[in-house]
Amino acid sequence: MLRRIRIISAVIVLLLVTWLFVDFTGTAARSVGFLAKVQFLPAVLSLNVAVIVGIVLLTLLFGRVYCSVICPLGVMQDVVSWLAGKRKKNRFGYSKPKNWLRYSVLGVFVVAVIAGVNAFVVLLAPYSAYGRIAASFFQPLYLLANNLLATIAEKADSYMFYHVDVWVLKSVAVTAVAAVTLAVVAVLAWIGGRTYCNTICPVGTTLGLLSRFSLFRPVIDTDKCNHCGLCSRNCKSSCIDSKNSAIDHSRCVACFDCIGKCHQNAISYKMRPLAAKREAGQESVDNSRRDFLATSALLATAAVVSAQEKSVDGGLAVIEDKRMPERKTPILPPGAISANNMADHCTACQLCVSACPNGVLRPSESLSTFMQPYASYERGYCRPECTRCSNVCPAGAIKPITKAEKSSLQIGHAVWLRENCVPLTDGVECGNCARHCPSGAIMMVPSDANDPESLKIPVVNTSRCIGCGACENLCPSRPFSAIYVEGHEMQRMI
Amino acid sequence: MKNSNKRKITRRSFLKLVGAGSLAAAVASVGCSGPEGKSSSSKKKRGTMTYRITPTTHDKVSLLGYGMMRLPATDGNPAGKKNDSPIDQKQVNRLVDYAMENGVNYFDTSPAYCKGESEASTGIALHRHPRESYFVATKLSNFSPEKWSRAASMQMYRNSFKNLQVDCIDYYLLHGIGMPAEKDGEKVSGMDALKARYFDNGMLDFLVEERKAGRIRNLGFSYHGDIAAFDYLLSMHDKYKWDFVQIQLNYVDWKHAKEVRERNTNAEYLYSELEKRGIPAIIMEPLLGGRLATLPDHVVETLKQRVPDSSVASWAFRYAGNFPNVLTVLSGMTYMEHLEENLDTYSPLVNLTDDDLEFLEYVAKLILKYPTIPCNDCKYCMPCPYGIDIPAIFVHYNKCVNEGNVPSSAQDPEYARERKAFLVGYDRSVPRLRQASHCIGCNQCVSHCPQTIEIPSELHRIDGFVESLKQGTLI
Repeated sequence: MLRRIRIISAVIVLLLVTWLFVDFTGTAARSVGFLAKVQFLPAVLSLNVAVIVGIVLLTLLFGRVYCSVICPLGVMQDVVSWLAGKRKKNRFGYSKPKNWLRYSVLGVFVVAVIAGVNAFVVLLAPYSAYGRIAASFFQPLYLLANNLLATIAEKADSYMFYHVDVWVLKSVAVTAVAAVTLAVVAVLAWIGGRTYCNTICPVGTTLGLLSRFSLFRPVIDTDKCNHCGLCSRNCKSSCIDSKNSAIDHSRCVACFDCIGKCHQNAISYKMRPLAAKREAGQESVDNSRRDFLATSALLATAAVVSAQEKSVDGGLAVIEDKRMPERKTPILPPGAISANNMADHCTACQLCVSACPNGVLRPSESLSTFMQPYASYERGYCRPECTRCSNVCPAGAIKPITKAEKSSLQIGHAVWLRENCVPLTDGVECGNCARHCPSGAIMMVPSDANDPESLKIPVVNTSRCIGCGACENLCPSRPFSAIYVEGHEMQRMI
Repeated sequence: MKNSNKRKITRRSFLKLVGAGSLAAAVASVGCSGPEGKSSSSKKKRGTMTYRITPTTHDKVSLLGYGMMRLPATDGNPAGKKNDSPIDQKQVNRLVDYAMENGVNYFDTSPAYCKGESEASTGIALHRHPRESYFVATKLSNFSPEKWSRAASMQMYRNSFKNLQVDCIDYYLLHGIGMPAEKDGEKVSGMDALKARYFDNGMLDFLVEERKAGRIRNLGFSYHGDIAAFDYLLSMHDKYKWDFVQIQLNYVDWKHAKEVRERNTNAEYLYSELEKRGIPAIIMEPLLGGRLATLPDHVVETLKQRVPDSSVASWAFRYAGNFPNVLTVLSGMTYMEHLEENLDTYSPLVNLTDDDLEFLEYVAKLILKYPTIPCNDCKYCMPCPYGIDIPAIFVHYNKCVNEGNVPSSAQDPEYARERKAFLVGYDRSVPRLRQASHCIGCNQCVSHCPQTIEIPSELHRIDGFVESLKQGTLI
């Protein structure tokens, strides 16, 4: 029964979290956005006390239920492990905890968080790791499926589904990281169940420290136990020592698989006697092949980190793709407050990137802000009616803002480039930037100050510009726009 | 009409009437095929094509003329529409063969149509038939200023013979008289463009000589826009002896051309000026660029109520053919279904009654209440140098106007549905990068538009509307 509840709720959570990452309509963010906010590491980084206290209490009461139900990476491993189990039954076995490894990873992780070594922090955060996998691989598939439906709907003259742009490779580095993470985690789960969670994952190790003392826990009734070992061969956490009828509760993820497996009904989930003896974890180095694989896989992950003439009718002019201008300061999503705030809070889960409907946000490839979001305007611009990224961020890296606040939040300012401007290069009227500026920051003035009839060029009133990029995106000059946005390190209200 | 149903009529005249689709209601009750008076399909036997005779060369011309400006491309769209797919020559041949089998003998092309591919394609299709079985019309389409020189115009003229694979052209037109132009950034009026294109370079005198030599059998012009140019050419009829003139005529333009477009002239005036001089009129835009085939739902209802199984377009064709001084009515038929339908309408033409004419005048007034843009998707404006798909945007907008998907207020009970239909349909019909938001207002398209639509300002208006839908700022 407990096991069934765990499985059903875990599957629901995994599906909803995945939906959160693949959805492009904003519905998921509105309805199940909280699932990102109850993740442990984002909550810690955003100092979300309620969530932290909640998870700590949950773990102290019931063990690592978080790892079994809430953490999408954990549930994903269970899915892989379940598939592997279909091929081979009773495939696990007890192993001693790799304390030296898990505590040193946790130690390094804590130091990295404090020192702000983002690349390392975001790489290990389990929820973010899953987010990158979902955003890199599942979202494109979901969008392609949607477009297929949209094509069918179009044929049927229905407006139920609409086409969306599919942007597969937002960043090669991030996709590569996601692919390696997926491969490592999946291989580990296929071979050893929850190896990743109990040796590498800093959240798993932290919660393991608490779950040792959990109120409810699976226990083996030594009177009934016949040491057959069936429970330990079915324990994906490899934490049941059937010879000694002992369970390592720091590694138990409260999956309840063992309870039903035991033919003797010797295992039950119950409240601990308050004065029970603490089992001492034995520390020793295990150099089995499986662990070697785990370690080398982790190292491998780390290594990866490092105008046209008219004489006939019809036809369409070729449109050249826009290219990103070289910006002195990167543009941060509105609500990010500052580059420092972003660095302090972002776990690089890609939720904002996958939520952006305008193709503006993408993950950074520079080492200091690795995989954290920044904005650019080749595919679209930061539209005035959209505040999705700020509303989905679980880590407080992008603070929630309203549409009204956005309209006066300056995230950058527009810069004009004389040499690209179409009235001067093509000799035609333009003014598309001024026409689309949502804050009226661009004015058209005669290019020749002495001739009021001369073609008009744009001038930017930087005090009114909010840096949304409408001008840059809609500028007819290609591949480089004649007006582009420089980011601001600190965002401010104007 | 009702009374005539009850009268005894001969089988032949009955079929004639049914073929014209004017006695729709009677079909089921009287019964023309199948057991117990039921029909197995709407297929009816077609009568023979109506013909008109030209006064100068005594050509017997079919009332339905084939416009070769919207030939099918290999991807199923009209050529040059959404893509670079070439013309589907096999299908063109099939259409031309079928049209000729059913009595069509007038084919109208131009060196500009279908990105310049139409003329050669027409030549290939027609060359497969005996030369005396068809009349071919083409034009001196020297719109752009670099073609104004005598040499360039002459080259265009000579090239038409090569493309069409003929020794003489049956109908040759000065193309687009009255259209304004733009030279070196300066606007050139329709009248000045006319002088530059045909008088200053001596091309008109040359063409008159060619007519004398028999290489042009009929010489005329097509008129769009500046009425001064039309009057000027007609005033010189005694000198040039126009064999025909091509004008825009349909039941909206007859009396309401100014309401469609400020600078247009009523077809009533154009037609009567020609009739006065005995010059036959060739009709273009009988459907007002397709708009009279895709009408607002409410208007369709009105037309269908009158005769349920007559197509909406057939009214417009009967209207154009109804004028005795009309030589032929051009239709740019892309698909076999269009051709079939038009053949039905004109085989033979069933004249409109005075009552029908009054009714169509009422329909015209109804249509004018809808704020559609008078674009007829002729693509003269294309390609836009900045990549905008101008006609696709207008076609989408007009479609939404006609289907009632242009919400006027956010309080509209159907607002959410209409907004979705407009925006989703917009992205489907026009790729993002070719939408109105990218129009910079360079105005290069304006001089190419035979309807003289202020294209940039209309595009900016549509873009503003799209923004208000997207931002939710419509009140």
